[in-house]
Amino acid sequence: MAEEKQFRLEIISPDRIFYEGPADMLEIRTTEGEIGILRDHIPLTAMLVPCIVNIKNNGEVKHAAIHDGFIEILKDKVVVLSESCEWPEEIDRKRAEEAKLRAERRLKSGDSNLNMARAELALRKSLIRLELAGQSKS
Amino acid sequence: MASMRDIKRRKESISSTGQITKAMKLVATVKLQKAKAKAENSRPYFEHMYEAVCSILNKSGYMDHPMLTPKNASSDKPGEGGKRAVIVITSNRGLAGGYNSNIVKLVTGGDFDPKDTLVYAVGRKGKEALARRGYEIAKDYSEAINEPIFADAAEIGTEVMEAFREGKIREIYLAYTVFKNTVSHIPTLQKILPVESDQMQKKEKKEGPLSVDDLTLMNYEPEADEALNLIIPKYVNSLIYGALTTAIASENGARMQAMDSATSNAEDMISDLELKYNRARQGAITQELTEIIAGANAIS
Repeated sequence: MAEEKQFRLEIISPDRIFYEGPADMLEIRTTEGEIGILRDHIPLTAMLVPCIVNIKNNGEVKHAAIHDGFIEILKDKVVVLSESCEWPEEIDRKRAEEAKLRAERRLKSGDSNLNMARAELALRKSLIRLELAGQSKS
Repeated sequence: MASMRDIKRRKESISSTGQITKAMKLVATVKLQKAKAKAENSRPYFEHMYEAVCSILNKSGYMDHPMLTPKNASSDKPGEGGKRAVIVITSNRGLAGGYNSNIVKLVTGGDFDPKDTLVYAVGRKGKEALARRGYEIAKDYSEAINEPIFADAAEIGTEVMEAFREGKIREIYLAYTVFKNTVSHIPTLQKILPVESDQMQKKEKKEGPLSVDDLTLMNYEPEADEALNLIIPKYVNSLIYGALTTAIASENGARMQAMDSATSNAEDMISDLELKYNRARQGAITQELTEIIAGANAIS
């Protein structure tokens, strides 16, 4: 029964296969907004923005931070390709906090030579990391 | 005939060289294992990326996109639309047999005119060799080859993509060594941009009957051409990263082989010298004996 509602999920990053296995539901944020994916979703390719993904598998929910990449929903499986993704326990809180401060300072300085988009992305990433690290602690 | 002392000294020097090459071989073997594992880990990512790009190209049909080859390509005129860029991946250190020179030969032997080519060097050896031959080195990423992480590949990728967008370069090639197995490494030149969309589409079509995925209509968020804009830089980065990891595995494989043959050569030379040394020693003893006997005969 449970198996009929599941689909195959693969999350792949350049240096490892991050997650591979069945899932009941996947929640993820794309450039167009948040989506939840169940079995038999229509085929879709979407770009991701930094977010926390929730992987539900047999009542168990796993969280992970995904910083970029794209998702491909195929008929028989769902593939997420991401250049960087992390489990909560892999996140270095202190480093994320420092990165957040750095990015904020950069954005405030308003230097025109600066790559604003990049600083903003860095800030978003660090916020996601902190949020996920905080979640897993409480 | 060389004196006993000379032969002995020579033998000692060769055996200490042999020890060094043996140690280097062992180090290369360990590094090879690591590099091989890393190259294998990066493969699924790259393969999926390739598939995704292929399927987008297939399903959306022909698109007029600056990063794809135009249908009736007439681009190969030097000086038009910028230079050609080659990302040359070699090693920072030598003593790896033909590893570095093969890559350099691949670039110089191909139709890359030094005046029309920009080199993005990863690895000091290739950079030096190409600079000597008059190629312009646009940027040097030699630090990255020691321990490649994805961020390095992304940095190189962003840099070349930017130059491509600005029109400074019109084509991007990747020169690296494919690691096939421990003994065979193939120097390869690959065109990464513009993407040869025709080729990719054909490749897909050759493969047997259509699978379910080919028949369902893929939806894109955002639209396909915009998605392609975002995916192609990622595709380029993953290509570069894949090339870096496989090149490192090849480098260590090549060094292991080179050091292995150096060690066995040293052993051959030592056994040869051993023979000569013994012969010389015997000759010296015989001569001494004759002298003593002759001396004793003269006294009596």
